[in-house]
Amino acid sequence: MNGLFGLFNYWVVIVLMMTGFYIVISRDNLIKKVIGLNIFQTSVFLLYISIGKLDGGTAPIVKEGLESYSNPLPSVLILTAIVVGVATTSVALALIVRIREAFGTVEEDEIIKIAGTE
Amino acid sequence: MILIALLALLVATAWTVVRLRSLFATVMLTGIYSFLGASWMLLLDAPDVAFTEAAVGAGISTVIMLATLSLTTREEKVCRFRVLPLLVVVATGAALVYATLDMPVHGDPAAPAHLHVAPEYIADVVPTPDGEVLQVGIPNVVTAVLASYRGYDTLGETVVIFTAGVAVMLLLRRPRREDES
Repeated sequence: MNGLFGLFNYWVVIVLMMTGFYIVISRDNLIKKVIGLNIFQTSVFLLYISIGKLDGGTAPIVKEGLESYSNPLPSVLILTAIVVGVATTSVALALIVRIREAFGTVEEDEIIKIAGTE
Repeated sequence: MILIALLALLVATAWTVVRLRSLFATVMLTGIYSFLGASWMLLLDAPDVAFTEAAVGAGISTVIMLATLSLTTREEKVCRFRVLPLLVVVATGAALVYATLDMPVHGDPAAPAHLHVAPEYIADVVPTPDGEVLQVGIPNVVTAVLASYRGYDTLGETVVIFTAGVAVMLLLRRPRREDES
């Protein structure tokens, strides 16, 4: 791959990232916002893994007869990030459940209206 | 060919998530999105991450989301179209695409990311000609780095999971009534 086509991967990742970002800032539903964050997050993972790929490389598991390995470091960082990501998602969803108990809705504009009148 | 099909499916799934109002269908699509992402990671030589993404991203996340839906609502209310978010997103995306023009092309072995640290980790795992293994000796470099060189990092990750677990328990615990105690 050469020229601009070599950057194609990054552009697809950016499209996915912006899709997630759009969901986060344009929707009122809190659960939908968390789903948008998840999509954004996964695309960041894909960006890092994309950077780690080496032309002609194989997965970084050492075996005799193989010369070139893809970069193991993005894999290590993203493994940690995936697990931390699900932890933050679960805290966010627990907060949403509590918000629903307190306000009876998970729509942001309705919550702001209710909170404003109290 | 597989790559193009995968990327097209990823983008199509993400855009369908934007348009759908049924939260149940959205959560299912998020699971599919994670699986597609995991498949792409496999193509990008990161099997460890692909397994984790498939198990955690598509598995556990979906279960947690479904549990939330059962406690809250399954339908998103109609949202009026707003121009400002779209403008912000297009502007940010354009800036990011402009920034990628300075990045090394995909898979370039001379990219800065591949020149420092990573070759040393790999060299530490590859057996020397006389059969002696340096430092760690686990053939999977990702495991070697994760569990050995960056072991404290993984410990920190465990602390984060523990904290999140405690936070979720505190948030979801039924408050004890004053008159009962």
